[in-house]
Amino acid sequence: MRVLRFDPERDDAPHWERYSVEAEPMDRVLDLLHKVKWENDGSLTFRRSCAHGVCGSDAMMINGRNRLACKIRVDQLGRHITVAPLPGFPVIKDLVVSMDDFFAKYRSVMPYLIASDEPPADAERLQTQADRDRYDDTTKCILCAACTSSCPSFWAQKSYVGPAAIVNAHRFIFDSRDDAGNERLEILADQDGVWRCRTIFNCVDACPRGINITKAILEVSSAAVENGG
Amino acid sequence: MTGQSTTPVHDYQAVIVGAGGAGLWAALELARNGIKSAVLTKLYPTRSHTGAAQGGICAALGNQEEDHWEWHMFDTVKGGDYLVDQDAAEILAREAIETVIELEHMGLPFNRTADGKIDQRRFGGHTRNFGEAPVRRACFAADRTGHMILQTLYQQCIKHGVEFYDEYHVVDVVVEDGLTRGVVAYRIADGELHLFRAAAVMFATGGFGRMFRVTSNAYSLTGDGTALAYRRGVPLEDMEFFQFHPTGIPELGILLSEAARGEGAYLVNDSGERFMERYAPTLMELAPRDMVSRAMEREIRAGRGIGGKDFVHMDLRHLGKKVINEKLPDITEFSRVYQGIEPITQLVPVRPTAHYAMGGIPTDLESRVVIDEHNNVLPGMYAAGECACVSVHGANRLGTNSLIDILVFGRRAGRSMTSDVRAAGEIPQMPAGAAEPVRGELETMRTRQRGESAQHIRIELGAHMMDDCGVFRTRQTLESMTHKLRELRTRYANVAVDDKGRVFNTDLLEAREVGYLLDCAEATVAGALAREESRGAHSREDFPERNDTEWLKHTLAYRAEGGPDIRFKPVTITKFQPKPRTY
Repeated sequence: MRVLRFDPERDDAPHWERYSVEAEPMDRVLDLLHKVKWENDGSLTFRRSCAHGVCGSDAMMINGRNRLACKIRVDQLGRHITVAPLPGFPVIKDLVVSMDDFFAKYRSVMPYLIASDEPPADAERLQTQADRDRYDDTTKCILCAACTSSCPSFWAQKSYVGPAAIVNAHRFIFDSRDDAGNERLEILADQDGVWRCRTIFNCVDACPRGINITKAILEVSSAAVENGG
Repeated sequence: MTGQSTTPVHDYQAVIVGAGGAGLWAALELARNGIKSAVLTKLYPTRSHTGAAQGGICAALGNQEEDHWEWHMFDTVKGGDYLVDQDAAEILAREAIETVIELEHMGLPFNRTADGKIDQRRFGGHTRNFGEAPVRRACFAADRTGHMILQTLYQQCIKHGVEFYDEYHVVDVVVEDGLTRGVVAYRIADGELHLFRAAAVMFATGGFGRMFRVTSNAYSLTGDGTALAYRRGVPLEDMEFFQFHPTGIPELGILLSEAARGEGAYLVNDSGERFMERYAPTLMELAPRDMVSRAMEREIRAGRGIGGKDFVHMDLRHLGKKVINEKLPDITEFSRVYQGIEPITQLVPVRPTAHYAMGGIPTDLESRVVIDEHNNVLPGMYAAGECACVSVHGANRLGTNSLIDILVFGRRAGRSMTSDVRAAGEIPQMPAGAAEPVRGELETMRTRQRGESAQHIRIELGAHMMDDCGVFRTRQTLESMTHKLRELRTRYANVAVDDKGRVFNTDLLEAREVGYLLDCAEATVAGALAREESRGAHSREDFPERNDTEWLKHTLAYRAEGGPDIRFKPVTITKFQPKPRTY
């Protein structure tokens, strides 16, 4: 296993370190990273928490593709595994990148329900299962940043809001209970919004939740056109 | 003492430690009430383990069939083997309804019934008419209900301008002259300590399942708040009750939700028998978790595990592709990814996994931390969620009651903090050098040149806890565990880390977390050794019966030299007198 390492207190530039780790086919890359950290070098640094693909902490570039380290197995990768931090984000240390800009962009699309009417006092709003299914796919997002970090348009133009933020805008724009779709579409019709998507589909490949991100982006851009964007 | 004069100080009326469901809802209450407050989390909020909860959140909405909060309350009390404080269970069952409705108003994408209401399904131990038959009470969003709760609450916090300190690891709580004064946090990005002065400090740090080798819990669930409170003199309540969830992936511990059994999955042994018939003839696979876990372990011990091995099978095949793909997509994916099993056509190996702490930091009904059997409050300290013990779960928690517990009592914490900090006025003074004791501890560990790895200690702790303080216990195994813990503590005093840096030193923080796990394990084992009966999740093979005459009471473990002091607190019984617990 090769890992791209960088310690800002010691290194001028990132460098590759090579580790030889015994692994079972069903082991995940996270297991290998832990083996190195716990048995060989405690200074190897990465984020992780749930270890089963739902918290979004351990997105990184594995054999050239963005993956969750806890969700990709050795038998899917072979005997030579290369691990690097998510591309396109500033590296803090080893596999840890700064998420500040990523979450700022998420917040910029108003990722919360905005309903103009008061809900019923002691009952739920009604929504048909069909209306609920309309935005089901984009509710799965765990904000791991694998998609945004895989996007060539984002690499080229860092001010691009990126696929993850659009996915989270989609989740509300197509929710029948929400009334602020037009405001979000105006935000996303900006020059750093949906138009920067070149339908390269890297995001779809990267998403550990299987969200059809490009489809969601196209639905948002179509809606933006209808909205006069 | 060099860093003392330069330690940054932040002043808030209230500080919340932890950003899962309990912490976020409390933060939302404070923000809506204009209280200056901050949420500190060692992760990012959306990484919190609330997001891993799968199956549902209970409330007697009655959207699918007749249901009443009294039935929910009864199930909670009986499920908890009558150790539940019934005033708390009544609040839980009553306020569950408005809480779930409010979640929907916040935007949570619940599955819907044919008439557009929140959809509900069956879950273990939840029944109609005081135990007659399973009832549809669990509200759900596919099998990612916890994920949707976490996302929805975080979204609302953004909407209401809640201040977050992401990746600030709280390493101490400052209590002086009987008053909570704030916390010390380690900024992970650069290793700098920050003081947060506050009139109210709330712990919402979740569980500590990582003290067991096989657990459904995240790596980050190391009992930080629980241990910090314990170190400052707060007792820990009912720690001997730790739930093993029946359907974990063997060895990995990853959970395959009870929602699978709620939708109708079977458990079968080596001869293909639905063995729950012999243990819980009425509810079968939907009996409470402690009973199902014990039944599975007994089957395995009797050689009826699959191929004589230490797991049984969960059978979902008869549910059909549509139900599996639409209602259980995430957990079937866990099987595919982590077991290489296709649940639509194949049997799924499962074994109990350490899952949930019923015990924790004792609180009153307003989520204020209490320090003795008379419910005397420690002013300024609050707790809710898995780290707390109010006690709504008693000796065994029912599925879906954790999500409703964190929200009902997180909300109550937010409300009581609001009224308490308004009454308190000034933010209390912090003693000079409040950060220095923990700075010393961290620096000693970071700069020690030679010593054992804390991870070796954690791994040994987990293995021994699994064997000696797991689903079954005896005096002998618990005494052996007590000795082991003493040895591990001695070794822990001399651990060293490889990473000597200050930037993002997870080596150091993980070593620190092992110390919290040792504290939690110590209180757990002490409670288990003291309690000479079997009740709920605490199963003593040398005392196999429940003993209400002597043991219908809570334990309180106080930290002391040479091992915890155990004291007792009465159980609050209002509506339901203890009865034998059969299903």
